[in-house]
Amino acid sequence: MAAPNEPLAAPGPDPFPGPGRRVVAPDASASGNGVSIAIDVQQLTRRFGEFTAVDRVSFQVKKGEVFGFLGANGAGKSTTIRMLCGLLAPTSGTARVGGVDVATDPEGVKRSIGYMSQKFSLYEALTVDQNIAFFGGVYGLAGERFAARREFVLDMAGLRGREHTVTRTLSGGWRQRLALGCAVLHEPPIVFLDEPTGGVDPVSRRQFWDLIGALAAKGVTVLVTTHYLDEAEHCHRLAIIHRGQMVALGSAHELKGVFNERPILELQTAHAVQAMAALDAMPEVEKTSIFGTSVHAVVRSAAVSPAQIQAALEAQGIVVTGVGVVTPSLEDVFLDVVERTEAQAQGGQAA
Amino acid sequence: MMVTARAMVRKELHQISRDRRTLLILVFVPALFLLLYGYALNFDIKDIRLAVDDQDGSTASRELVSSFTNSGYFTFAGAAHDGRALEWMIDTGDARAALVIPAGYGRDLDNRVPARVQVIVDGDNANTASAVVGYAGAIVAAAGAELVAQSVSGGAGRAPGPLVNLETRVWYNPQLRSALFLVPGLIAYITMITAVISTSLAVVREKERGTMEQIRMAPVSPLAFVIGKTIPYSVIAFVSAVLIVLVSMALFGLPQRGPWWLLFLLIGLFLVGAQGQGLLISTLAQNQQVAFQLALLSSFLPTFILSGFIFPITSMPAAVQAVTHVVPARYFVAALRAVVLKGTSVEVVWPQMGALVIFATVMLGLASLRLQREWK
Repeated sequence: MAAPNEPLAAPGPDPFPGPGRRVVAPDASASGNGVSIAIDVQQLTRRFGEFTAVDRVSFQVKKGEVFGFLGANGAGKSTTIRMLCGLLAPTSGTARVGGVDVATDPEGVKRSIGYMSQKFSLYEALTVDQNIAFFGGVYGLAGERFAARREFVLDMAGLRGREHTVTRTLSGGWRQRLALGCAVLHEPPIVFLDEPTGGVDPVSRRQFWDLIGALAAKGVTVLVTTHYLDEAEHCHRLAIIHRGQMVALGSAHELKGVFNERPILELQTAHAVQAMAALDAMPEVEKTSIFGTSVHAVVRSAAVSPAQIQAALEAQGIVVTGVGVVTPSLEDVFLDVVERTEAQAQGGQAA
Repeated sequence: MMVTARAMVRKELHQISRDRRTLLILVFVPALFLLLYGYALNFDIKDIRLAVDDQDGSTASRELVSSFTNSGYFTFAGAAHDGRALEWMIDTGDARAALVIPAGYGRDLDNRVPARVQVIVDGDNANTASAVVGYAGAIVAAAGAELVAQSVSGGAGRAPGPLVNLETRVWYNPQLRSALFLVPGLIAYITMITAVISTSLAVVREKERGTMEQIRMAPVSPLAFVIGKTIPYSVIAFVSAVLIVLVSMALFGLPQRGPWWLLFLLIGLFLVGAQGQGLLISTLAQNQQVAFQLALLSSFLPTFILSGFIFPITSMPAAVQAVTHVVPARYFVAALRAVVLKGTSVEVVWPQMGALVIFATVMLGLASLRLQREWK
């Protein structure tokens, strides 16, 4: 998978200025810079018997922020989302969503959030209009407000003229946008998206992220889980969850900072296998991997120059046609964070 | 609450109208079953093929044979001239019963000596066999009575007839048509299918497809959810049951002798309990296959076998009879027969109504307990 070397969408200390149409509940705690906090999670823990699915996770999501949750399947992403949606009571710790405590008022939380899951959660046997009407009814929309929101969803999903199409026959991208539309039909200030882009083509995924960006620009807070690491670049900030624990938190740019002192070198060579073996034997190389037609090597220090590595390889008779430092992808970051967490855990056990 | 419930009901109706297969099951299968059971499941016994071994060959013996064949219950299947031929006819099924008249039958009658005849019945179907034994006994008794009358009167004056005469009247179903007996059971059976199976499948389908998650994320209360799931299927099951009654009236001459409101009330009571059972199953099953199996085992089979629909409860072993007390269809079928065929009213069927109310309360109570726990 090619790493997108595009600049980050939202750099800077406060990339989300401007008042939204909706105001988060007044009792929401405020962070230092005056931006109100939409989701405030402190030491959130959930155990199922002996198994700790979510282990003392803490983070805050600002209003209008797109917050990404990365993690392997079973890492605890969905359990966290279910607690934040008021569906599952935390074992310990607190979570306030829109200022409402999920443990004490789960029904209150449900009214202020929208939720869309990986399965699209639409009634596939029903038409587009019937789905919109159902979710409108469930959230108590009626009359002019419903009519206006229905128009909004049809426009947003690009389904005008397809109101009477059976949802099952729509393409994945359309269904996904319709599901998002149904999730935000009642104009929730906070939206949870649980792996919303599974099984959707790249063009539709891009369109979907544009929609998410537009929602956030209007002040809607979005918490999204994904395991497509390339699209996680669209998030303003990311948390990486591994075995129930949050092991990294920050913007994509900040997370990639773990490679500032350990650059990733990319070497072009016709003898990838030999090159990898030789690199692995070098003390200054931490790890190697095959990346398409080239070899990637993480070196232990920024002081190690590409030319130095190239020379060392060519001394062993391996011809290197090109070498350079590459920008790490989120995939590099994710794998690195997970590997190091695992190594620490094993070190801890061994000690 | 009402708004969400209404949205749920409307959505469910849309789904039902889209799901052709479910609609077919709900609408046509009951009709098919009615025709199938109404016409094919027939316990009426007539035209029993009778083999005759007339070793006497007298006028009297021929008269006895014709009183069998003229009765309407028996048809002449053929003459057998020895025991082996007779056995063969019964073994091959050419005859289901045999009449053996020993030599000397006519002479014994002339001499006023009690004569003996033998009837052999194929017992492979116990129901039929016992009916045949009954018919044969009645025919022979009638023939004997006539002979006694003739001998006593000696040809002069009016025959006094036998001293004790049996006058049989069958009430409520004088022609003893099986259809009239079966239709109340069919109504129970159809209501069970629509209510238990469709209600449980409708809930489990949402779990399977992940839409349940979406509903639970929304501010939908368990009560609104239950209303949304039960009302559409109640209406369908109710309409279906009433249709069955009307069709049975047109095709099988089913009477409705009791009050209509009571008939509807009984169907309604039974329906509520069945839906409670369906909801309970939906909280236990995680996929449609398991739900279907559970629904089948817990509703369809007991309704079919243990309700008295086809097999009389009084002839079951005591242990099985005890089990039938928890089968709601048992009360429903009994009450329906009382109201539809006998024209009785609440003063007769109140114990059954009470049992149905208890069943419905228990089922709905258990279902809502489970559902609330699952909702959390």
